[in-house]
Amino acid sequence: MDVRKTYKLFVNGEFVRSESGRAYRPDGGKVNVPRGSRKDLRDAVRAARTAFPGWAGRTAMNRGQVLYRAAEMLDGRAAQFVELLGGGPRARRELDQSVETLVWYAGWTDKLPQVTGTVNPVAGPYFNFTIPEPTGVVGIVAPQEPRLLGLVRRIAPVLCGGNVAIALAAESNPLAALTLAEVFATSDFPAGVVNIISGQRKELLPWLASHMDVNAIDTVGCTADEIKSIEESAAGNVKRVIKLTESEMSPYLIAAFMEMKTVWHPIGV
Amino acid sequence: MAITKKQSAELATQVFEYAPAPEAIDHVKIASRYGLFIDGRMVDAHSKKRFPTINPATEKTLSEVAEADEVDVDRAVKAASKAFESWSHLSASRRARYLFRISRLIQERSRELAVVETMDGGKPIKESRDVDIPLSAAHFFYYAGWADKLEWAFPNRKPRPLGVAGQVIPWNFPLLMLAWKIAPALAAGNTVVLKPAETTPLSAMVFAEICMQADLPPGVVNIVTGAGKTGSLVVSHPAVKKVAFTGSTEVGKLIQRSIAGSGKKLTLELGGKAANIVFEDAPLDQAVEGIVNGIYFNQGHVCCAGSRLLVQESIAEPLLEKLKRRLSTLRLGDPLDKNTDIGAINSRAQLEKIQGLVESGVEEGAELYQPPCVLPERGFWFPPSLFTNVSQSYRIAREEIFGPVLSVLTFRTPNEAVEKANNTPYGLSAGVWTDKGSRILWMAERMRAGVVWANTFNRFDPTSPFGGYKESGYGREGGVHGLLPYVELH
Repeated sequence: MDVRKTYKLFVNGEFVRSESGRAYRPDGGKVNVPRGSRKDLRDAVRAARTAFPGWAGRTAMNRGQVLYRAAEMLDGRAAQFVELLGGGPRARRELDQSVETLVWYAGWTDKLPQVTGTVNPVAGPYFNFTIPEPTGVVGIVAPQEPRLLGLVRRIAPVLCGGNVAIALAAESNPLAALTLAEVFATSDFPAGVVNIISGQRKELLPWLASHMDVNAIDTVGCTADEIKSIEESAAGNVKRVIKLTESEMSPYLIAAFMEMKTVWHPIGV
Repeated sequence: MAITKKQSAELATQVFEYAPAPEAIDHVKIASRYGLFIDGRMVDAHSKKRFPTINPATEKTLSEVAEADEVDVDRAVKAASKAFESWSHLSASRRARYLFRISRLIQERSRELAVVETMDGGKPIKESRDVDIPLSAAHFFYYAGWADKLEWAFPNRKPRPLGVAGQVIPWNFPLLMLAWKIAPALAAGNTVVLKPAETTPLSAMVFAEICMQADLPPGVVNIVTGAGKTGSLVVSHPAVKKVAFTGSTEVGKLIQRSIAGSGKKLTLELGGKAANIVFEDAPLDQAVEGIVNGIYFNQGHVCCAGSRLLVQESIAEPLLEKLKRRLSTLRLGDPLDKNTDIGAINSRAQLEKIQGLVESGVEEGAELYQPPCVLPERGFWFPPSLFTNVSQSYRIAREEIFGPVLSVLTFRTPNEAVEKANNTPYGLSAGVWTDKGSRILWMAERMRAGVVWANTFNRFDPTSPFGGYKESGYGREGGVHGLLPYVELH
């Protein structure tokens, strides 16, 4: 007889039950999954905000190493994830692509500023440069499928740039996302940098979209109606609403979660 | 011959008398009424409505402009949509040529534009002449060069224009904001419908003439005048694919909400409450000039104005003494006078807003300083002001005043400066004054703001991206980054 796992939310580096005490069984299965609440979301935002300066302040190389570590951890649990994804070559492919995505973005941390930053030849005696900086706390609404790759493809670029993330697990298939939390938990990410919450999207989305301490939302997994209501709520604190397509895998996606900062200084003796 | 310390002190406090030096205006012709610029020509508005635009320094009406209604806006958008088909397929080097031409025409008509800008908006002629107009021309020149080089700006992608851009601009830098909006839009192959601010439509009307002079194809640029209602018609028009707005955070949020779900690409350049931070090792005289430029430039009608002075406690006293002395030498008056430092407040409504916020500062317990200053009898004026004894919770330390009013706060450690500077929902700009290089970079890294001026303030350049963090908006204007809002990448 196997020892079954209790699935939990991942908030502030800890595996916790929903403070609401509620659970649901996705797809009428046997597994209980925590049904996260508004309060869980707020806890996650607070943890993320606290973790943000530390993560953003890491050297680019260090962030790359931590992301690469996540790829190592995911690859090391390949068999577990392939089984979670239903087994077979398709599941294996999804796992491989997820690992590859983490490795790819791990290599971008210290190149993004070189590709998107500029030195600006202003018409005057000033040194002037522009660099990308992370926008802050990012909410991620990943697509329901592919349940693992879909999430990894959006979390990796967010973390790559130095942002911190609160991801909603796919409502109908949250197990891969909640297990991915174990990968992040063992990859040297400081507590609060990645938070993963399961539950009902209808219940959680409005709070994520209207939270005044969330800086951006990735709506890749949302319906048109959901995007409309997210955009309405996002106006409350001028959130960035990111709508790049699911297939986007590029520095343009990383940059979508970045702010460009320009610094001037006079030149003189 | 050396002068004694006493003589030097006397000299420093002496206010020089200046003879009047008015800019000539006889070469400038302002029509008594203007229509709308649609499909390459000036047309009468369907609305048949007009409103006056006045000189805020004299309260005299300069001209009457049309108030565009739904039908007018629809005409403008249709003209832009039609023009988009050919403009977006025109060879890129041709598009560049038109933009270069516009830039040159702005230079050629620069003094006329400066006078119009000053008369319609109230800003000192030396600022419109030396800042607004040259920067506007430079902006067109810079983006002209991008028009046929777009594929070099977006590695691995093919940039395509979006279609019709609906653009709404503020009254503080009328022509410059027009340039910031129109130049990158056109360079990338879009066409535009632009709505100038209600109180400052005239330089846009001169710009319409420039478009005609340049033989710009009809419909590529359309300009519809009006108030907020007209602006909301522009941004909500279904055929508008891209919305660009510069103005208050309040209106920016309204726009973000109103176009939710429409799929329109949006960029917002909104308000600010910038910290200008002076450390004890800063060269004080230079810092004083920077503080003055930071908050009294353009009567403080600047979204990135350094409206919160954070001064290290150890030098607060000598710095404030120097600053107050400097304020007493600022010359307020006729904006057309070449010696004027502080012109007229842009409108009565803005003046009342400034007065209200200043009253709240006094009521909340801050100490107000204003140099002795004679205000002209007619027109809208507000003396350069500074508040000491300001707590972070006061409205004057939190809200954008958009006037010549500085709130002074103090700090002891660099960490405290960072905390206080970032303690605002805004994030447009910040200033740092120190002689220590490592500290400049340390501070620049920690400022949650889109532009950081170190040992300088309020510098702008077409190659230099500008835009906010947090509630100061998103998207950048200027530089290669300023192209992104006007393309989709394939």
